[in-house]
Amino acid sequence: MNRFAALLDRLAYEPRRNGKIAFIADYFAHTPDPERGWALAALTGALSFRNAKPGLIRQLISERTDLVLFALSYDYVGDLSETVALMWPAPPRAMPTPGAPSPNPLPVGRGEEDVPLSAIVHALAHMGRAELPAVLASLLDRLDETGRWALLKLITGGLRIGVSARLAKTAVAALGERTPDEIELVWPGLKPPYEALFAWAEGRGARPQTDDPAPFRPVMLSHPVEDGDFGSLDPADFRAEWKWDGIRVQAVRAAGADGRHVTRLYSRTGEDVSTAFPDLAGALAFDGAVDGELLILREGRVQSFNVLQQRLNRKVVSPKLLTEFPAHIRAYDLLAAAGEDLRDLPFDARRARLEALVAAHPRDGRIDLSPLVPFATWDELAQARADPASHGAGADAEAVEGVMLKRADSFYLPGRPKGPWWKWKRDPHSVDAVLMYAQRGHGKRSSYYSDYTFGVWTGERSGEGELVPVGKAYFGFTDAELMEIDRFVRRHTVNRFGPVREVVHTAAEGLVLEVAFEGLARSTRHRSGLAMRFPRIARLRWDKPPGEADRLATLERMIGEEGHAPRRPSGVLGKAKSPIGGA
Amino acid sequence: MRPEELLHSTPQGLYSPAGDFFIDPTRPVARALITHGHSDHARAGHGAVMATRRTLDIMAIRYGEGFAGTTQAAAYGERLEVNGVGVTFHPAGHILGSAQIALDRQGCTIVASGDYKPGADPTAEPFEPVPCHVFISEATFGLPVFRHPDPAQETAKLTASLALFPERAHLVGAYALGKAQRVMALLRAAGHERPILIHGAMERLTDYYRSEGIALGAVRLARDAAPAELAGAVVICPPGAMTDLWSRRFPDPVTAFASGWMRIRARARQNGVELPLIISDHADWDDLQASILATGCEELWVTHGQEDALVHWAGLAGLRARPLHMVGYGEEEAETTAAADTAAPDTPAPESPEAQP
Repeated sequence: MNRFAALLDRLAYEPRRNGKIAFIADYFAHTPDPERGWALAALTGALSFRNAKPGLIRQLISERTDLVLFALSYDYVGDLSETVALMWPAPPRAMPTPGAPSPNPLPVGRGEEDVPLSAIVHALAHMGRAELPAVLASLLDRLDETGRWALLKLITGGLRIGVSARLAKTAVAALGERTPDEIELVWPGLKPPYEALFAWAEGRGARPQTDDPAPFRPVMLSHPVEDGDFGSLDPADFRAEWKWDGIRVQAVRAAGADGRHVTRLYSRTGEDVSTAFPDLAGALAFDGAVDGELLILREGRVQSFNVLQQRLNRKVVSPKLLTEFPAHIRAYDLLAAAGEDLRDLPFDARRARLEALVAAHPRDGRIDLSPLVPFATWDELAQARADPASHGAGADAEAVEGVMLKRADSFYLPGRPKGPWWKWKRDPHSVDAVLMYAQRGHGKRSSYYSDYTFGVWTGERSGEGELVPVGKAYFGFTDAELMEIDRFVRRHTVNRFGPVREVVHTAAEGLVLEVAFEGLARSTRHRSGLAMRFPRIARLRWDKPPGEADRLATLERMIGEEGHAPRRPSGVLGKAKSPIGGA
Repeated sequence: MRPEELLHSTPQGLYSPAGDFFIDPTRPVARALITHGHSDHARAGHGAVMATRRTLDIMAIRYGEGFAGTTQAAAYGERLEVNGVGVTFHPAGHILGSAQIALDRQGCTIVASGDYKPGADPTAEPFEPVPCHVFISEATFGLPVFRHPDPAQETAKLTASLALFPERAHLVGAYALGKAQRVMALLRAAGHERPILIHGAMERLTDYYRSEGIALGAVRLARDAAPAELAGAVVICPPGAMTDLWSRRFPDPVTAFASGWMRIRARARQNGVELPLIISDHADWDDLQASILATGCEELWVTHGQEDALVHWAGLAGLRARPLHMVGYGEEEAETTAAADTAAPDTPAPESPEAQP
């Protein structure tokens, strides 16, 4: 564990991608199997310790430290694992009682010896919930600050050291003559500690074979279109599709060695989510790997993300849920068919195969084709994007959040290559709001006031009535803007509530923020009665007096035109990028 | 005499009504007692200044000979009187010349400790606990997450990196007064024998340390070094210089930063530090407790830093304690200065003491 902890520590401070790859490759080259395999599993997010929840860690530390001092420390450090790692008290010198059973069933050696990562993984994986607190505490007793930090980060699944699964696989490739894409292609279906993979990467063994008939294939992602990108792109090279506001899934169905078909639904990060959608998984009848959007359809019409979210939020998949929220795939790519890998074909050829596959599928309404959006110029596409309803999306237009652009000749490449695929989202809404409260951020931003609550005027005119909070945003600004806002907050504090500061917000004095957001919904949880979806700071309006910021009535009017869900889920199925998942 | 009549806090700093003087005032005053030479404690422009000889020397180096109307040197352990108030300077272990100031009158003793550190340090006079009724402590690292490791262990991180990357210069950010010289001494103790290169802003203070008999080995200005000498060299500079044009002369350096703040990962990352070295001039959480208890004080006043936590601990330990809500010694504007502090190339830069994150 010491070596692995030291690796994580170095990675956390190394800003350069090549530096990170060098550190990981050096670790792999000097660490024996199976230790390095478990490290690779940890770096790629393949390990899961379901019983080690933050709540357990809080419980352990609260039994050992003063609660007030813990709260102050946590607020200061901004990271639970790090706070606990630093505060964990030196263990009491235990006096062994002759004949008495050991209080802690230690999984591994004793004393000052290092605890192998493999032993920690093994122990935590095979341990009941009841034994976990004592074993975890004894491990923490035997590690130093860095070791405790690494262990807690590992078991709570939040390494956040700026290492993606892709980067870790690139480091494996760096051990020998393989390329990162070659590693990606054999990766699905491999299991830790990856001895065969390391042997192959080092030129000592054969290409590892996966025996999973329905493996996940790493997804291809797009870059957002920026202003000016179109100037260099030729419309004739591209195909356009609607960008659906659902959940990206990969549906894979194939026959196993015994001839029986295996069907799996994967999230974009490769998590198997089949059990959450038995209705959909059971209805698929093709042989291949389909890339598409999971949507809820009622009477042939795509429902808003709000409706889909109601299904995602349920823990138990009941028959009623299946009837009321029927899941569906809108297919836009085909990665494999009848045992043939199609990823090396250009988009147009894959599209033709996909159309044939969907056409041959039983017409049970569970899978259909995401249509191509015809366009000859970027202006035409802009019109379609602005008004999907009259450009082919019809009644489904509410579930369209923009358009996707894919080069007709693009291969299906894992990761986010720049150039072949673009996403062009609909323009967000925006309002001018006044900064009311600021809270210190967490993690890297723990010394900066980086979470902002902002409000709009309740009166008949701007600057009249009072400011009422309508949302909270903590990104969208640059680092330089963060420093400016932080300075403003510190100099204009009128009240303090723990980590929160109230800043001056009168009609004459205060900071106006241009807030962009995706949609609005009614909410009983906020005093304004509104909740913003995906709000972020678009611009700082130092030039604008707060008295000229927007009014609540303006937002009320917008809600009449919009009916979006207030929030995204953040779990496995959400679109939030996993720091480790390689999304 | 009630302690508040002997000393209380004002917007300009700690003030003694009985003796009509300030301790470490943040604005020019008629009579000031100065604990140590860091710029947030020692400012220019006071009428009369009393401090240790070394602190007076340091102030003269930084501000010029005419930094105050009159000066008076106080020897450690020598009791002087100012307007009927007894004044005794005791070593604080923070930097060279640093002192705690004990005030006594009519059986009441208050110790204003300034910034202090009880750990071993060959570049500062060793801290000694002073029995008192009221102890005034800073709380820069007043949270239980701050337990400074052995500085030798942190120095070993630097020497290990030098061995791993012998072709790269190692740029060590350290405050020009105190920390820079301590890092030099630690490197020498670790057996590092090559000349240490420094930024021009710390030349005069480093020369002063050597003239006071502190052994620092061979030290040269980085600007005089030939490009070939930079490979594998330790270069010490003020933190602000690590990001300004000055640092461009070093191809692909390893950036290190010597500070107690390096204990917190987010702090290190905010400053773009690749090799954090947890080396502090301040008492850590355990040191604070031990030092306070060693004075036998009945009451604790906390000046700046993490007052809430230290006051809470004192309550648990059975001491009367309260924060003084002092401003001007770190916290507030200081949180942004680490990044904004860009020293002009090789000109003496105002060093930011460690009280500033």
